[in-house]
Amino acid sequence: MNFTDEQVTRYSRHILLPEVGGKGQKKIAQSKILIVGAGGLGSPAAFYLAAAGAGTIGLIDSDLVDLSNLQRQVIHQTPDVGRPKVLSAKEKIEAINPDVKVLTYEDRLVAKNALELIRAYDVVIDGVDNFPAKFLINDACFFAEKPLVHGGILRFDGRVTTIIPKKSACYRCVFKTPPPPGLVASCQEAGVIGVLAGIIGTLQATEALKLVLGIGRPLTDRMLDFDARRTTFREIKTKRNPNCPLCGSHPTITELFDHEPEVCDLKQVEA
Amino acid sequence: MQVKINGKSEEVQGATVLDLLKAKNIDPHMVAVELNHTILERDHLGTAHVKDGDHLEFLFYMGGGR
Ligand SMILES: [Zn+2]
Repeated sequence: MNFTDEQVTRYSRHILLPEVGGKGQKKIAQSKILIVGAGGLGSPAAFYLAAAGAGTIGLIDSDLVDLSNLQRQVIHQTPDVGRPKVLSAKEKIEAINPDVKVLTYEDRLVAKNALELIRAYDVVIDGVDNFPAKFLINDACFFAEKPLVHGGILRFDGRVTTIIPKKSACYRCVFKTPPPPGLVASCQEAGVIGVLAGIIGTLQATEALKLVLGIGRPLTDRMLDFDARRTTFREIKTKRNPNCPLCGSHPTITELFDHEPEVCDLKQVEA
Repeated sequence: MQVKINGKSEEVQGATVLDLLKAKNIDPHMVAVELNHTILERDHLGTAHVKDGDHLEFLFYMGGGR
């Protein structure tokens, strides 16, 4: 593939970077990135990957835009309330950069559809808001052998880590199973400072681009935790766990399955 | 004894990791614990002894994203 003059201009600030150049920009243009969840984390990730010229961006989300989403899900705007998130996001991506092919799935990621979907992409970005889905994405990326950029936000805290299946620690190496229902706040009721989604989501996009370009050092075998109250980042070293039920030496999880959906209970969360 | 918890030096009392969690009112089901950079099995928290100079990480679940 060759870039048009317009594309050379559009991507000139990338092409100027020795680590990217025309060659790297072509890698970006040929990349296929799946964003699971077109919400808080998915919004900034989609914006920057679109601007960067990602070849294909896949978006899977079954939700409609709600007024309470707009505080942090910046890809959706006031007139989008009530519309499918994937459609709203697709329009914004195409407006930023018509070079990007956007594939939308107005659906939930479940064990039944996850592998087939993920296999069609090079990198997966976790932008979901619940543990059953986060564990499913981790497992599916392991079975499909696709790199995963995990992200999480809650209240004033955020976390990012990159997982390269069979090479670096997976989510289950650290957190074996989802927490017991009701014990840990993860649902929308817990609250989150909106800008955290921007910080963590753009870090996820950065990781995805690095993976596509094959440059730098991925955020593997470490979790990067951000504390917005103090504006501090802390890196926690992790490593593959031989007792991991998924990628350990004696795995007990040998095929994809759905965890019980979470019950969102505000009272429990606040207790 | 002096240990490091989540990067911060703390003076703590207690024999096991579970003792430290209890002293901080942390339900063991809410965290993954690293002792000197190795993840502890949840069943072993009560038998994992803590000694002076140990590095502990209490990793809380962080589930949100939307
Ligand atoms: Zn693992």
